[in-house]
Amino acid sequence: MGATLAEKILARASGQDSVRPGDVIEPRVDLAMSHENAALVINQFTEVYKDTGLDSRVWDPSRIAIIFDHRVPAEGMKTANNQKKIREFVTAQGITKFHEIRGDEGGICHQILPENGYVRPGQVLVGTDSHTTTHGALGALAWGIGATEMAAVWSLGRVLNVEVPATIKVVVTGEMKEPVSAKDLILYLIGHITAQGANFRVLEFHGPAIRSLSTSGRLVLSNMSVEAGATAGLVIPDAETERYLREEAGVTDPIELLQPDDDAVYERVVEIDISNLEPQIACPHTVDNVKPVGEVVGKPINQIVIGSCTNGRLDDISVAAAILKGKKVSHSTRMLVFPASGRIYRQAMDLGYLQILMEAGAVVMNSGCGCCLGIHQGALADGEVALSTTNRNFKGRMGNPNAEVFLCSPAVAAASAITGVITDPRKGN
Amino acid sequence: MGKVVYEVGNDISTDAIYPGRFMATVLPSETPQFAFADEKEFNAKLTKGEVADGDILLAANNFGCGSSREQAASCLKGYGVIVVARGFARIFMQNAVNLGLQTVVAPEIEASVGDELEITQTEVINHTTGKSYATIAHPPARQAIIDAGGLIAYARKKLLEEKGVKSA
Ligand code: SF4
Repeated sequence: MGATLAEKILARASGQDSVRPGDVIEPRVDLAMSHENAALVINQFTEVYKDTGLDSRVWDPSRIAIIFDHRVPAEGMKTANNQKKIREFVTAQGITKFHEIRGDEGGICHQILPENGYVRPGQVLVGTDSHTTTHGALGALAWGIGATEMAAVWSLGRVLNVEVPATIKVVVTGEMKEPVSAKDLILYLIGHITAQGANFRVLEFHGPAIRSLSTSGRLVLSNMSVEAGATAGLVIPDAETERYLREEAGVTDPIELLQPDDDAVYERVVEIDISNLEPQIACPHTVDNVKPVGEVVGKPINQIVIGSCTNGRLDDISVAAAILKGKKVSHSTRMLVFPASGRIYRQAMDLGYLQILMEAGAVVMNSGCGCCLGIHQGALADGEVALSTTNRNFKGRMGNPNAEVFLCSPAVAAASAITGVITDPRKGN
Repeated sequence: MGKVVYEVGNDISTDAIYPGRFMATVLPSETPQFAFADEKEFNAKLTKGEVADGDILLAANNFGCGSSREQAASCLKGYGVIVVARGFARIFMQNAVNLGLQTVVAPEIEASVGDELEITQTEVINHTTGKSYATIAHPPARQAIIDAGGLIAYARKKLLEEKGVKSA
């Protein structure tokens, strides 16, 4: 009986020939990622070592990544103090994959990891962030854990008591026609299988439409797999994976493109033909409340957001710049753009995209999580409506429980910026 | 026996349980004040001490979906409430197990605020309506952590075993 990609990775990481769904294992971790919530991980890590008489050293400082992104630069003294505490810990423990608040090396964790070549196919990667699923786009089994679980990983180098999840195979056929993008596909899938449709399961993406997606698009699929409840969202690594790792992430060592077996056993197969897919919108207040854009066109929008670990990459900004070139953001709305990393920011600057967006009236913010979670930038007023390329629209997500968030692709967001109302980018204004 | 003190529907996210703007507060001793901060009435009930240890928060499916923030589990744990739900999102469930917040999965549960519920090994008995609902037990992987008194204690035990073996 064959193994799914997740089963293969977990078998290797736990030193077994094979594992089956339901098996309990302790897989070794290749990379353990945290952001500002490392402040809590440090606290729990200290608790694990308490009264043991042992020197509290992390298991492997080269396998821990800490990226400041959620509140950068710090919005208040509490965050500033957390960041200071983390810096001191990083220095004391000799953690090497540390990304500060900087224009050269900084950005959102889920962009920093891939673009620096920290992620490889076949790895086990855990992060104290639910969108750690993002890294499945490169064929790594990557999932989100809590801070206490991370403290155990920092101590032991493995995840304790992991129950091997079953896998759902998603086969995507047909040809994606611009401006339809990976975002529309994943929104459609979440609407189709619901917000808990993949809870405790892994999504494994197959089919010609996935093969022809760039890594940037694949990152969108894996990123939002968690919005269907998935533990992980895996894309089978292929030539494009290798191209990305070599050309964009600067990886020089050997890359193994681990594959699932042809006779792998899947819990369920979901088939999607995207040939006629329309741009999709997730309406408030759940990510699975998905409708074709046609059903919501004309809805007035107060704030348009392009950015985040979902759609803050160079191709996303490029799409927006192409639509907004020579146009103006409607004065009935406001537009915020936050590139996913300093590198993307600089590339977008070199290519003139940021100039175009600013001349149109958009505000370009620093790289980081920005308004995605409504903590310190771009909060909404009571009764306001946002249209955003981020990944969550839960009540309160953009800083105000009395506001609404609609989720969409960069093309829909940019076309809507010109009109101030939800607009189908295929029709324009 | 516990009383249902609050009832919520499907897909209650961690943004609702512990709003993002309080995420810089991390210590389990400090998070309870912000539990359901945007649900003013329930938050006031909690912070005024009107919820007793063992009282029940009743939820439908996919409770705790969204972010991995552990504050969503620690803030409820601080009041000793038990969360009885038709289903939980994975990360929240694991965080609850790790921190010792009691969670009960009862896929068919029906109850209302004020009902008295008894939780046994295999079912939830609603003493107000006289009906019982089967529960799904934690799988062994999670039960082992609960039995150890939470993940900190469990990890500490593993750590000591490992170091003991290495130095031997
Ligand atoms: S951009 Fe948003 S979803 Fe992504 S890591 Fe930051 S807060 Fe989370």
